[in-house]
Amino acid sequence: MAVTTNALTKTARPPKEVFIDGKQNYTTITDIIGKVVLSPRPPIQWILVVLLAFMGVNLLLMSVTWLILRGTGIWGNNQPVAWAFDIINFVWWIGIGHAGTLISAVLLLMRQEWRMSINRFAEAMTIFAVVCAGLFPLLHTGRPWVDYWMFFYPNTLAMWPQFRSPLMWDVFAISTYALISIIFWFIGMIPDLATIRDKSKSPIARTLYGLACLGWRGSAKHWYRYEEAVNILAGLSFPLVLSVHTIVSFDFAVAIVPGWHTTIFPPYFVAGAVFAGFAMVLTFGIPLRKLYGLEDFITDKHLDWMAKFTLFTGLIVFYGYILEMFYGWYSGNVFELALVNNRLFGPYKFYYYALILCNGIIPQLYWVPQFRRNVFVLMFVSMAVNIGMWLERFVIIPISLSREFVPSGWGMYKPTVWDWGLFIGTMGLFTFLLFLFIKFVPMINIFETRDLFHKYTGRGHGGGTQAHSEDATTSPAMATTSNSDGAAREAH
Amino acid sequence: MANASNSNGNYGQGNGGVPLGLDKHEPDHVGHDGGHHSHAQAYEAELELVGLHGIIAEYHDPDDLLHAAELAKEAGYTKMDAYSPMPIHGLAEAVHHYDDRVPWSAFFGGLLGCLGGWMMQYYVAVVDYAWNVGGKPLLSWPQMIPVAYEMTILNAGFATAGSMIFLNGLPRPYHPVFAAKNFDRATSDRFFLCIEAHDPMFETTNVTRFLRSTGADDVSEVAK
Repeated sequence: MAVTTNALTKTARPPKEVFIDGKQNYTTITDIIGKVVLSPRPPIQWILVVLLAFMGVNLLLMSVTWLILRGTGIWGNNQPVAWAFDIINFVWWIGIGHAGTLISAVLLLMRQEWRMSINRFAEAMTIFAVVCAGLFPLLHTGRPWVDYWMFFYPNTLAMWPQFRSPLMWDVFAISTYALISIIFWFIGMIPDLATIRDKSKSPIARTLYGLACLGWRGSAKHWYRYEEAVNILAGLSFPLVLSVHTIVSFDFAVAIVPGWHTTIFPPYFVAGAVFAGFAMVLTFGIPLRKLYGLEDFITDKHLDWMAKFTLFTGLIVFYGYILEMFYGWYSGNVFELALVNNRLFGPYKFYYYALILCNGIIPQLYWVPQFRRNVFVLMFVSMAVNIGMWLERFVIIPISLSREFVPSGWGMYKPTVWDWGLFIGTMGLFTFLLFLFIKFVPMINIFETRDLFHKYTGRGHGGGTQAHSEDATTSPAMATTSNSDGAAREAH
Repeated sequence: MANASNSNGNYGQGNGGVPLGLDKHEPDHVGHDGGHHSHAQAYEAELELVGLHGIIAEYHDPDDLLHAAELAKEAGYTKMDAYSPMPIHGLAEAVHHYDDRVPWSAFFGGLLGCLGGWMMQYYVAVVDYAWNVGGKPLLSWPQMIPVAYEMTILNAGFATAGSMIFLNGLPRPYHPVFAAKNFDRATSDRFFLCIEAHDPMFETTNVTRFLRSTGADDVSEVAK
C-alpha cells in the first residue's frame, strides 16, 4: 500500500491536475465510495432529509389528487396567462437535468478527468429532474389519464398526433431524453452494482444487486464492448442534450407572442439549462461530500471546474438577456418594444431585476479564484442561480402572456396554493429519489475512479517509468503489505 | 485431458491457498485457510466431478495482468479471458478479442429510427390524416425534422445498449469463474487471468507453471 501511495506522488505530473486526493489504492477507493451503500445505518442527516423529502412527496400526492378531482381550475393560470407554473416548472426541471448529461456525455468525449467523480450523481439528478419535469405537462393536459393520446398508435378515434406542433416535438424530445438518460445511467452503473454485489454481506442484497448488475464479471471482452457502448451512448447524448432544450425553446420561439419569437432562444435555453444544472449539482454535491467524507474524490478542483462552467454558461445567459433587449429595440415592432418596457417598468418589474441580480451579477463572484473553492460562496451563488433560473422562466412566460397585444385582453397572474403545492411537492420528490439513490447505488463511479487512479499510477502513462521500476523491485513486499492490509480489513 | 492431469495430483494441493509463484513473502490470505478448509475440500471434489473450466491467476496490479496477458498471447494461448474491476486498455487485444458489432448495431439502429420516424410522420401528415394547417403544404418537411432526429437517437441508443448486453451474453447471474478463489475481489481490487480448458494448448501442469512464471500472486483451478 505504501508503495502504491509513493507511486501516486511520484507520478503526479506537475503540468496536469490530479483529481484524486489523499493516500489511495484500489482497495481504499472501493471501500470509501462503497461504504455509503454498504454501511447498514445511514447517517442521521440522511434520515432527516429523507423524512422531510417524504413530506414533500405527500404534498405532491395531495396536490395531484386534488388536481385530478377538481381539474386545472384549481391553478392560477387562466386566459390570458394560460401557461404559468406548470410550464415554468417544467422548463426549470428539464434544465436542471442538462448538467448531468453534459457532465456524463460531453465531458466524457472531451476526456475531461474531473467529470468522473460527479457524473453518476449528476446523471441521477438528470433522471429525477426529468421525472419531476414530465409531471407538469402531463398534468396540465387536464385529463392526464388520456395522455397516451399523444403517442403514435392506431386508435378508434381515427386520429393521429399533429407532428407540425412543437408541443408534439416536445413529447418525443422529453421521452427520448428520459429513456436515453436511464439507459446511459444504468449501463454506467452495471460494474459498480457488481462491486456492491461482491462486497455485500447480506444474501438478499447479493441476490438483488446480482440481478441488477446482470451478472457482470468484469471480463476483458465485456469491458471492450462496454466501453464501445458507453462511448457511443455519450456520442448520442451530446446531440440529444442540445436538441432537448432547443425543442423546449421552440415551444416558445415558434409562437408569435412578444418576447418569445426570437432566434436566440435555442442557444440561450441550452446554456441556461447547463447553468442551472451545475448550480443544482453544487447545491447537493457540497453537503453530500461533507456528509459522507468524500472530499478526496470530489475535490476542491472539481468544485473549481464546476464554478468555471457556471461562470461560462452564465455569461452566455447574460448575453441572452442583453440580446433580448436589443431585439426589442432593433425590431422596431411596437409590441416587442412594449414588452421591453413591460419587463423594465411593468407590474412584474421586480422579478426582472431579481433575475438580473441572481443570474447576471451574483455569478460574477466566480471570477475570483478563492471564491471558486469556498464552499460558502459556492452554495450562495448556486442558490442564487437556482432561484434566478426559475425567475428567468417566470419572466419569459407570465410577463409576456399577461400583456400580449390588445390591452383589453391583458390580465395578471397569481399562483394559487395548489400551484405552490405541486411545485414544492416535486422538490420533495426530487430530493427523496436522490437520497434513496445515494443509499442504494454508489454515488461516485467507482470503476472510473479506479481507471483514473490507474492512469495516475500505472506504467506506460507518461512519467510513470520511475514508479515502474520501483514497483518491479518491491513487488513482493508490496503484495505482502496489501494482502495483510486486505486481510485485516476483511477481519473487521 | 484436464481431468486426467488433475487426478495426477501434481497441482491439486494449491487449491486451498498455498502460495504459488511468489515465495519471498507470507502466503496469500494465510488467515483464511482454516475457515475455508471444508469449502476448499468441497470445491476440489466438485472439480473432480465436473472438470475444469480453466486455470486462473490472480494479480494485485493491473499492469501485471496486462503484462501476463501479453505473455500468454506470445506463448500461443488463444482461449482465455481476463477479469478486472475497471477497463484496462490493451487487455482485450491481448486476450484475442476484437468486435465491432456494437458500433454497427448503433448505426443501423439509428438509420432505422430515422427512416421509421420520417415514414411515420409522412404517413400521418400526407397519407392517412391529411390535414390542412394554415395552408401549409402537407409534406411540410422541415417540421418533421425534430421528431425524426429524436427517433434516430432513441433507436441508436436502444441498439447500442441492447447489442452490448446481448453480445456480452448478459444477463448471466452465474458463471464458473465466480467460484474461483478470491474472485469476489475481481470487482474491487484484484485482477485475474484465466486460461480456459478448451484452449488447444491447454495442459494443466504447463498452464499452471506458465501462469506462476508471470508473477501471479496465486494460481488456482476453476471448476466448470
